[in-house]
Amino acid sequence: MIWQLDIAILTLVVVAAVGAITIKDLLGSAILFGAYSFMMCLLWSIMGAVDVAFTEASVGAGVSTVFFVAAVFRTTRRTKD
Amino acid sequence: MSDLISSIVDNYNYLIYVTLMMIGLYAMIAKKNLVKKIVGMNIFQTAIILFYVSIGAKKDATIPIIQHGHGQGAHEITSSVIEAVEYINPLPHVLMLTAIVVSVATLGVALALAIKIYNQYETLEEDEILAQIREK
Amino acid sequence: MRILGIIVVILTGALLIYAMGDFPSWANPVSPAHNHVSPRYIEKSMEETSVPNIVTAVLADYRGYDTMFETTVIFGAGVVCFFLLRIPRKDEPTVRRYRHTLTGMTIRVKETRKIPPVLEEFERIDTLWAPHDLIIKTACRILVPFLQLFGLYVIAHGHHSPGGGFQGGVILGASMILLAISHDLRTAIGRMSERVHAILCPVGVFIYAGTGALCLLLGFNFLDYGALAGILHVDPVTARSHGILIVEIGVGLAVMATMIWIYNNISSKGRYDEGL
Repeated sequence: MIWQLDIAILTLVVVAAVGAITIKDLLGSAILFGAYSFMMCLLWSIMGAVDVAFTEASVGAGVSTVFFVAAVFRTTRRTKD
Repeated sequence: MSDLISSIVDNYNYLIYVTLMMIGLYAMIAKKNLVKKIVGMNIFQTAIILFYVSIGAKKDATIPIIQHGHGQGAHEITSSVIEAVEYINPLPHVLMLTAIVVSVATLGVALALAIKIYNQYETLEEDEILAQIREK
Repeated sequence: MRILGIIVVILTGALLIYAMGDFPSWANPVSPAHNHVSPRYIEKSMEETSVPNIVTAVLADYRGYDTMFETTVIFGAGVVCFFLLRIPRKDEPTVRRYRHTLTGMTIRVKETRKIPPVLEEFERIDTLWAPHDLIIKTACRILVPFLQLFGLYVIAHGHHSPGGGFQGGVILGASMILLAISHDLRTAIGRMSERVHAILCPVGVFIYAGTGALCLLLGFNFLDYGALAGILHVDPVTARSHGILIVEIGVGLAVMATMIWIYNNISSKGRYDEGL
């Protein structure tokens, strides 16, 4: 566990999470959620949980982001909040 | 005071996990858009999974796949001693695999509900939906 | 609502941080989480199941009940999405639009009885049609078979490397979703029709529960894979390894069919016309 890498990725995770709920464009929120999932996958593979990282990479950064983009395409893209 | 500083430096990981959980919880409570609430729910779920997986980490231990050479059968491996201290704890990983798959199933159902609501009310903001319901 | 949210979050966060004061320091090898149940799994899983990947062995053999019900949950989620969104076939609009691929002219046909089902130069479009790029179509079409081969490898090699049923099933489902994104949704449904993936989903659950019931019929406990030693003519340790492989195949099938099903329903709002 290299602590410099650890702190850098944890900072990026918090920034991506805050960005995903603050941005006013729902498509941007879906993309930032994909980036957040991928950073989580990196964290878990650093900690040695390779099965969990594999599942999160395929499920979170893959299929889950596609579901979000499909749902945003079928409803609306702007939000006031 | 130095005791507090050293305990923070030892456990800074836990503080960031709690921060992530609270970001997800705040998004579920205070945001008015339905898709933002669903994003907050997923952030909360992955933060809890991160917390559990980090409980299983060990210093100077390797991944939970028993080291073996290429093409070795089961007999050569069991004759050598397997120490529990050199492998990372696999039990949180097993539980969290189930949690990740259940979270994607919940995400699919939540998005299907959001699309149905949009078909009916033409908007995804919570206050506009409540105003439309009160008018009827 | 915002102020209430901030107050609740700060209170809960303070409570959690106060509770974490008692935790052992991070990545300590002698913390209580490592001392009670998991040393047995690490030391004994190789000689009892002959599977080097401890996570797969615990997931499919020692804790097989949880995995079986989790597969049922994922099948239930696919069924719920289908029931929420799918429009019955008699409610579909009867106006069809076609587009001539060479000149770009669109025609609109109202009666559906007089049209032959497959036309060479005309492609069927929707009101939301956008042109598909040739580079993306060709590149994704070449990539899809390699994705499926990799998905099958991940399922089959889950004993020795990270992987297993879930990961391989999601990769297989993602290959069909890639085909649906780069081409039409109709192309993907032409390759794997609605009936096929709606049947494959419960077949996966049935393989898992059926293996457990087979062990019960042979006189052992439910989901005790040592019972398969009589059928497969191997010793009980290798029979457990083969039993893990069979249930992983069942899980992979169910997860693949559910991912495709949920994507089809969400991206077309149940109408199965054009998709993204």
